[in-house]
Amino acid sequence: MSTIVAPSHAPAAAHQPHAAGFLSTYVFSKDHKVIGLQFLFSTLLWFLIGGLLALAVRWQIAWPWSDVPVVGKLFPLEGGQMPPEFYTMLFTMHATVMIFLVIIPILAGAFGNFLIPLMIGADDMAFPTLNMLSYWFMWPAFICFGASFFVEGGAAAGGWTAYPTLSTNPAAAVSGGWGQTLWLLGLTFVGVSSMLGSVNYMTTIILMRAPGMTMFRLPMTIWAMFITAILQAFALPVLTAAGFMQLADRVLGTGFFSPEGSIINNTMNGVGGGQPLLWQHLFWFYSHPAVYIMILPAMGMVSDILTCFARKPLFGYRPMVYSIAGIAGLGFIVWGHHMFMSGMNPALGITFMVATMMIALPSAVKTFNWLGTVWGGRVQFTTAMLFALSFVSMFIIGGLSGIFMAATPVDIFIHDTYFIVAHFHYVLFAGTAMGVFGAIYFWFPKMFGRTMNESWGKVHFFLTFLFMNGTFFPMHILGAVGFPRRYADAYHYETFHHLQPLNAFMTWCAIGMVATQAIFAVNFFWSLFFGPKAGRNPWNANGLEWTAPSPPGHGNFDYQPVVYRGPYEYSVPGVEKDHLMQTDPPNAAAAAAALAAH
Amino acid sequence: MSRLAGIFWALLFLAVPILGVATFAVAPGYGIWLPKDVSVHGASIDSLFYFILVLTGVVFVVTEGLLFWFLWKYDVARGERRATYIQGSHTLEVVWTIIPAATLLFIAIYQMNAWADVKMRRPRMSPTVEVIARQFEWRLRYPGRDGQLGTSDDLHLVNDLHLPTDEEVLVQLKSMDVLHSFFLPHVRIKQDAVPGMKIPVWFKATEAGEFDIVCAELCGWGHYKMKGRVTYEPRAAFDAWLERKYAEQEATQPQPEPTADIATND
Repeated sequence: MSTIVAPSHAPAAAHQPHAAGFLSTYVFSKDHKVIGLQFLFSTLLWFLIGGLLALAVRWQIAWPWSDVPVVGKLFPLEGGQMPPEFYTMLFTMHATVMIFLVIIPILAGAFGNFLIPLMIGADDMAFPTLNMLSYWFMWPAFICFGASFFVEGGAAAGGWTAYPTLSTNPAAAVSGGWGQTLWLLGLTFVGVSSMLGSVNYMTTIILMRAPGMTMFRLPMTIWAMFITAILQAFALPVLTAAGFMQLADRVLGTGFFSPEGSIINNTMNGVGGGQPLLWQHLFWFYSHPAVYIMILPAMGMVSDILTCFARKPLFGYRPMVYSIAGIAGLGFIVWGHHMFMSGMNPALGITFMVATMMIALPSAVKTFNWLGTVWGGRVQFTTAMLFALSFVSMFIIGGLSGIFMAATPVDIFIHDTYFIVAHFHYVLFAGTAMGVFGAIYFWFPKMFGRTMNESWGKVHFFLTFLFMNGTFFPMHILGAVGFPRRYADAYHYETFHHLQPLNAFMTWCAIGMVATQAIFAVNFFWSLFFGPKAGRNPWNANGLEWTAPSPPGHGNFDYQPVVYRGPYEYSVPGVEKDHLMQTDPPNAAAAAAALAAH
Repeated sequence: MSRLAGIFWALLFLAVPILGVATFAVAPGYGIWLPKDVSVHGASIDSLFYFILVLTGVVFVVTEGLLFWFLWKYDVARGERRATYIQGSHTLEVVWTIIPAATLLFIAIYQMNAWADVKMRRPRMSPTVEVIARQFEWRLRYPGRDGQLGTSDDLHLVNDLHLPTDEEVLVQLKSMDVLHSFFLPHVRIKQDAVPGMKIPVWFKATEAGEFDIVCAELCGWGHYKMKGRVTYEPRAAFDAWLERKYAEQEATQPQPEPTADIATND
């Protein structure tokens, strides 16, 4: 990492002494950029593991009970075949890994960490030590989840939602031993990490913005990260508490979630007195806002990428901010839509249905504004732009399919079928993951000072886009048949017996999609060392991060940036160049005045 | 950047609405579509599904079409034009807030009645049958000749549900161990079975036939094989079947004691 001479007027606060050691520079670093990259590398590794778990799931759905390649040898599967309890574990851990170890930490941990100080003009986070801890609290979680594969009975197999009494009663599931307990512990550590991060992000964004960086001059990425941090901070305690309650049910013999007198596997289920639905309420009170935690930052980053490569201001900046806030606010009162069929009072279902319908509104407003941003622009089809455009295109599908489930009578039929699987993969993979890929191509030069290969980037985009739709789009029509999710083999049902060929096609696409990521991996690591050197501002973007060196040294900026304008001043009439940096003063006189004021 | 590349990418995004609509158009021809509905209330669920499908389909085609058109038209390779400097439009924001809001609110209110019919307007009658879900089977209990559940003459069966057509039936749903979900795709019924709860499910089948009972809530390793069969038949055939099963039960076992099963106690 290059060192820079601290200018006389740079704020002295939060400047830790330059430590020379490898450990303190790259491992126990308190520099937000290093922590961000640590999150990035860790989550990309888990992304690969989660993807392979998905492939194994897809294998079983396409060709049930056939010999599993590779995984069949890695795990002691009977005769290479996958037993149903193993399949149950696979989809549970696929979801767990993707949600808790990939999407949430890559958005908040990797991009939040790397971008927040750079984009608001701060030299680091408000609490660098907390920040370091937020990364290192991920490791006990990695260990808990990773080790659970190898304990007796295998990893958790109660679904990522861990509904009692399947999850609370060891007799109910094959993985009833350590697997589920480790899962709960892992979840707690992820929660601690997220909480440390979100407290830090909120404080940093409120208190450490550069002079002139008003709230309404913040880029959308920062707005999204800010609101996401608030969501995390308010929703997480509920999940953590619920997790401890479930842990107590499992380990201490309490009965928060187990009713009196149930008989599991011919054994009486403890003292009881609890309610299985209580867990669902507590779980979704966190996990529904978590759905927005998993998409809002991607929406923010996509907004920044779209404006840059359309060379246009963001269409409707304030409505975009308000709609993020609207999504977050409504996000707290829609959790019951996961429970329409749960046995919850059906009258309550109507309340949640209306709130859920209304949350589609801010999402629609965002989509229209993205279209408005592209309209009349000068569209440059860079790899980052293609991924951002596909985010918009795919989010339309994921958003619209949500309306089917929100309509309670329709949900009676499609609840827990592949329709919902299609819906959340369009939002989380075709949406968030594509947004994250775009963000990696976009900010790679700032992270590493080199640019990724554009041609291979486009090949990566094209194949991913193709295979992704081949994998996920047919799930909609599977759902229309009522094809149930989480089935190791549904073809012995008269209703579903004809669906195997379609599932085989989808699995081939999934294999292609995962294989395509090899192109990304090679491009990423090759560019890390041999990519063409990037200057400070390779995309001619106008955010503050592009005024810093690539990669920025410790303390980020050469001198304290002063902000004079909003984040999307592209193609301003009367200005010769097609973008004005946020630091470009309105005119020379103003510039002089600003310097004097310092 | 060449114009050809721009055309290629714009067409790729055009393929999304085209192939998307095509998939939905072709699927029913391969039987990959809503299964046959043999219930009274199913029609209102299916028509709501089609209504939302058409509505979202139009929005899908229009928005994806606009995206394609903007990419086609505003490709940087089409010449040295400056991008339009526009920060937004208050009018447009109002329009595209009000119209979706009104539409969504309409859907929300429009569907309430169908929901209430299936889940809230419980018929006043005693249960036709009690379904007790258990890892990994559907245990069934019909009131015996006395018409009362929980007496010594109850008829006990597993996975073989029979119900009369053309009359309202009331299923009392319970679970013995973990969560399950009682899913009858052909009468558009789904309801989770929750340990510790007694949940009523009601519907009216309109056609005789034999169909699947599917478990739709993860209930453990054997979730996929928790299969039952439901037969709808006219009242006379149903009564005859009940009588036959009852005779079989009496022949194979001594008069059963009132069950001591706590989970099935009322």
